[in-house]
Amino acid sequence: MTRTLGKDLLGLEPLSTEQIRLILDTAEPFKEVSERQIKKVPALRGMMIANLFFEASTRTRISFEFAEKRLSADTVNVASTGSSVQKGETLVDTARNLEAMRINMVVIRHSASGAAHFLADRIQSNVINAGDGTHEHPTQGLLDLLTLRDHFRTLEGRRVCIVGDVLHSRVARSNIWGLTKMGVEVAVCGPRSLLPKDIGEFGVRVFKRIDEAIEWAEALNILRLQLERMQAGYIPSLREYNRVFGVTRERLDRADHPVLIMHPGPMNRGVEIDSDVADGEHSVILDQVTNGVAVRMAVLYLLAGGRPELADAAKGGSER
Amino acid sequence: MPAKNSVVLDARAVDRALKRMADEIIELHNGTEDLIVVGIQRRGVQLATRIVDAIREREKVDVPRGALDITLYRDDLQTVGPRPVVGPTDLPWNLEGKQVVIIDDVLYTGRTVRAALDELADFGRPARIALAVLVDRGGRELPIHADIVGKKIEVAPTDRVDVLVEELDGKDAVVVVPRDEGA
Repeated sequence: MTRTLGKDLLGLEPLSTEQIRLILDTAEPFKEVSERQIKKVPALRGMMIANLFFEASTRTRISFEFAEKRLSADTVNVASTGSSVQKGETLVDTARNLEAMRINMVVIRHSASGAAHFLADRIQSNVINAGDGTHEHPTQGLLDLLTLRDHFRTLEGRRVCIVGDVLHSRVARSNIWGLTKMGVEVAVCGPRSLLPKDIGEFGVRVFKRIDEAIEWAEALNILRLQLERMQAGYIPSLREYNRVFGVTRERLDRADHPVLIMHPGPMNRGVEIDSDVADGEHSVILDQVTNGVAVRMAVLYLLAGGRPELADAAKGGSER
Repeated sequence: MPAKNSVVLDARAVDRALKRMADEIIELHNGTEDLIVVGIQRRGVQLATRIVDAIREREKVDVPRGALDITLYRDDLQTVGPRPVVGPTDLPWNLEGKQVVIIDDVLYTGRTVRAALDELADFGRPARIALAVLVDRGGRELPIHADIVGKKIEVAPTDRVDVLVEELDGKDAVVVVPRDEGA
């Protein structure tokens, strides 16, 4: 059964290729909704969605909120500061209380890996993982796939290298799962100290030097150096990092082919990516942001209707 | 009730019906001024293109042809579930003051048209919206009627009426499919 996503979207690892394709294909027409004068369709009218953001986020939170509003859902935002979480309420209690107020869906961002899974097992509402610790960030992985597909038309056989802080990156994990399932050749490049020890098990190529990666890749997904997750000792200094792994115009010019530039944001300009690359002609960084809303609309839409038992029961009454 | 698939309109009959519908659209609107023809995804779009062609042949004017996917305006998402793929909506004009004609293949319960009217309202306020359908099979569940009908047929509620178009199905036809053979 691949026509639906099931109850939750927790990561790209559990999804099939067909399910990922379904989300990307569904996202396509949602792009047009954002171009309308009235950027709103009634598909999720009456649905209540709680956005639980227990970790700082601007882009993802706003993107989810726009997606929800463009589908006419009603939303509430809960942040850890200014809520009962500060009084020590547990995650499950917070969610159960929201359920008691008859919400239908929870979007959760949390610093603990597995937080979304934990919640999904304990409440009936649909749960969407908006980033859990260093585990997964599935909607980011999906919007990266959509952006790549927009640009290359097909994904199969393309070569994408993920650059930088793979160790701390849930974006990298979701990308690796999503890309490999869609038949993309994946590589990673970064300092040894910032690559997972078990990187070999992901079935990806590893480049030690950024110049080799640029030579090989058709697209670079440049990760943010997660300064807040690094207590100490991963890299000698930011300048040193930029000198060895920074993606610069000079390095890109040396390649004999154009390389598509992606970055999940927020960028550390002058560290992992130089400004003239981020703003350059091959950058699709802002397309990623635009696609983020469409992909999240698709996920919300599919999960909202994705109750197979209801779908089966109602089939007899469908018009055509 | 037909025992097996029965063709109620063949390719030539579909062509005649569409040409007549085009004539009636021109007549209804006293010409083609401010006219916009909007096909409902999926097969309404191909039919709308044919009607625009027929209008061009007769009146020597190009009437704009839009497309509307009403999936996101349906009222059955949580009972029927999401449709496989939502089609594109293409209405790049301001509809303010326009004469809009909605084209659909089959008029049945009227729910699709209800959704289409809701969606059109989000694109502006046309002076008038008319409805033209290739087949009216009866069975309305809402107070909706078509202004222009290609062919009115009577079929059992269990039967399915399929409109086939060359572009998607390889040929033009209207076919009644009994339930037990179908789906």
